[in-house]
Amino acid sequence: MITVLIIAITVTLLSAGLFFFFSATVGFLRFPDVYTRMHAVGKGDTLALLLCVTGLALYNLFDNLCWYGFVQSVKIVSIAVFWFLASPTATHALLRSAFESGVTPWTKDGSVIIDKTGDEARK
Amino acid sequence: MQNFFLGASLLLCFFILLCMYRGVWGPTVFDRVIGAGFVGTKTAILLLLIGFIYRRIDMFVDLALVYSVLNFISTLIVSRYFIKKGVHVHQ
Repeated sequence: MITVLIIAITVTLLSAGLFFFFSATVGFLRFPDVYTRMHAVGKGDTLALLLCVTGLALYNLFDNLCWYGFVQSVKIVSIAVFWFLASPTATHALLRSAFESGVTPWTKDGSVIIDKTGDEARK
Repeated sequence: MQNFFLGASLLLCFFILLCMYRGVWGPTVFDRVIGAGFVGTKTAILLLLIGFIYRRIDMFVDLALVYSVLNFISTLIVSRYFIKKGVHVHQ
């Protein structure tokens, strides 16, 4: 009974993670700009990795019930903990690099609403 | 359960192939960098799933951890490099 419950929870969490990977991929392919693509990837990526990793750690914890399996599950969860710290940092550094290189954000009529020049005047 | 993990990893491989479109033909350099990072995240999950398929999770969990750390560091280094060097952007 408990085995069926654990398998059902794992399948649900992993399927939800794959769905969020799919939506992040669609946003990455369809959005019009570097910044909007970065937005889609940076959010969908983190949530999908958290869901997949939680399901796999739960399955591993009940698949081999011992001290060693518990340590492996903690290691699997630590990937998600690290990625929650790393993904916003990487996205922010990349966005700053794109802005300083002169990539202007997309608008519907093509007019420039924010530019690199305001950033240069402050320096 | 092994068959479900195999199907999930095949679906993940399909998403990686979809991402490679932006990674190869992206309009700017930054699209390629985002694509490389996204493929790297999916590959970390793929390594965990391969570990569950082969029943060798004790080895593959370390590989997935190191792969995610290297993915983060490579994105950070590339972005610092393009701040210093600058790119020529076609708008």
